[in-house]
Amino acid sequence: MASIRFKGITKKFGEFVAVSDLDLEMHDGEFVCLLGPSGCGKTTTLRMIAGLETPTAGQLLIGDRDVTFLHPKDRKISMVFQDYALYPHMNLADNIAYPLKVRGEAEAKRHARAREVADVLKIGHLMERMPSQISGGQQQRTSLARALVYPSEVYLFDEPLSNLDAKLRLEARGFLNHLQRDMGMTAVYVTHDQAEAMALATRVAVMDAGKVVQYAPPMEVYRRPATTFVANFVGSPPMNLLPVEAMIADGALHLKADRVSVAPLPVSRAVAAALKGNGKLTLGVRPEHLSIARGGEANAITGQLFANENMGPEKLVTLERDDAARFTARIFTDDVIALDATVTLGFSSEHIHLFDQAGARLPMDGEPV
Amino acid sequence: MKSFSLLSRGTGVAFLAPAGLLIGAFVIAPFFWVIFVSFTNRSLLGRTAVDPDFVGLANYFSLFDAATFFTRGEFGSSLILTIQFVLLSAVVGQAALGMLLAWMLQSVPKSLKHVTETVAIGAWILPEVVIAFAWFAFLDYENGTLNMIMEALGFPPGDWLLSFPFWAIVVFNTWRGTAFSMMLFNSAFSSIPPSYFQAADVAGASSWQKFRDIGLPLIRGHVVTDLILITMWSFNVFTPFLLTSGGPSYRTEILPIYTYRIAFRDFDFGKGAAVGVVVMLINLVFALFYLWVMRRRAKGVAA
Repeated sequence: MASIRFKGITKKFGEFVAVSDLDLEMHDGEFVCLLGPSGCGKTTTLRMIAGLETPTAGQLLIGDRDVTFLHPKDRKISMVFQDYALYPHMNLADNIAYPLKVRGEAEAKRHARAREVADVLKIGHLMERMPSQISGGQQQRTSLARALVYPSEVYLFDEPLSNLDAKLRLEARGFLNHLQRDMGMTAVYVTHDQAEAMALATRVAVMDAGKVVQYAPPMEVYRRPATTFVANFVGSPPMNLLPVEAMIADGALHLKADRVSVAPLPVSRAVAAALKGNGKLTLGVRPEHLSIARGGEANAITGQLFANENMGPEKLVTLERDDAARFTARIFTDDVIALDATVTLGFSSEHIHLFDQAGARLPMDGEPV
Repeated sequence: MKSFSLLSRGTGVAFLAPAGLLIGAFVIAPFFWVIFVSFTNRSLLGRTAVDPDFVGLANYFSLFDAATFFTRGEFGSSLILTIQFVLLSAVVGQAALGMLLAWMLQSVPKSLKHVTETVAIGAWILPEVVIAFAWFAFLDYENGTLNMIMEALGFPPGDWLLSFPFWAIVVFNTWRGTAFSMMLFNSAFSSIPPSYFQAADVAGASSWQKFRDIGLPLIRGHVVTDLILITMWSFNVFTPFLLTSGGPSYRTEILPIYTYRIAFRDFDFGKGAAVGVVVMLINLVFALFYLWVMRRRAKGVAA
């Protein structure tokens, strides 16, 4: 196992900058998820660790070794591919044992080792089958077995669960989490599914347009998103965002918007610096922190009822405002909620997130920046 | 399944008729005519030109006459020469070299790959006669390019077409056909998902291991197709005649050239027709094998 360090890594494809001046450090034994929408540079970043892409500029270290220009086979890495990349003309035993075959291990020995790994992954009984004769979930585990069959310093995952249906994906996700706890491997995991990143990662690197916008443990990313982009990407449904007029008066911050009432907030240093008198801010509240207003809430927002979705354990109540902005509340109740055409949602002040006009988070005083 | 037709039956037949007549007159009729002629002693001049005798299998017996079978300039010798020619120029030359080139193309930058593909297609679409003339000019003793290069480098010139006639037509046919195999293998390799090779890269495989374990097994069907096609083509190629005219002393007289000599130089139409029939039977075996392989592949895809 080893750490990984990106030092000023840039990758261009022609004129297109896929990854821009990336500085990132992943510790030994960490499970880092690269999270972002498609085209954000997360897969390119992973492929540079694998050696399948060469950086245009910068330096990449695995442990103390400079691997920037090293061939993949010399990097001591394993990788699981999105399409599994199982060889259709080999049975599972040969597929899993292939990395050992290229290392010159004798057939009996490498098949024994493949069987060992396959047993751990519960596919040991399928060793004679061809990849086309097993299910998607089993194919996924076969490709995982091939990555685990030889010792590696770093394990790389390129959206390994995205080809599975929802139920199998949950199962495989739990299994990967268990495996990580067991092995303590250094892993880099690319996904566009924020739930996967939250579930698996010890740290999440949220990427947008070739840059890392936040690199923090999952709960930190959830609780204190660094930008409106992160706030909008993490969480299901994502954070509600609303542009508001802000004014500092009588030593308190007053926020105003149509059919919104917010109690005066303490003025943090960041807010004071961003505002300098009057200005516009973005107010954010997570859906799970909203409830149907019963009157007397410190903060409330009103709009026309847009949707009332029953999800089983919770209900998603969405209201639409005159400016077409929507606000969704996750309400955990078993009761049937009867709603009028106009709905008011309430929230407490401690759940308010503030962002400046550029989208950067304005932390409360005493909150780590 | 319901069949839709744009034209009435009569109109369709009318449209087909001209082509049908031409094919009938120039392909099908000669086909049976040749089989018929092979049982006679028809020749160009003399009494047998107008009134050939039916000689039964005599022409075939003379082809397979054990006493002269392996004599240079006879059928057996020509057949063996043709097999050597096909093995060396088609299997080793075109297919193996084409495979090597196609594999090397997989790891070069895209731009270089496109340039190579374009050049290869250029070589492939040149008329054979032009290529033959280019090689003739290249190998010529007095003014040939090769000898000029040899002399410039301080080596003695060689009379290549006279000293190494067989190797000259082998190299010629290899040059002429390698592009086809290369293009076919190249497109076959390109149809393999890149992640297969990347997974092997990460696992630590060398280029040779990737070729042996992944590339080659996955394009096996294309290899078989290619081998059958180029074997058939090389077996029937006549163009080496333009380089060596089958000589010197029958040393490059492969079967098509042998057939041509017997029928149109010695004017022994009966025997020439018999050679034609034998060559046709050999081709039939290739063709049936090819069809069998293709059917098996089609079934394999469906299953």
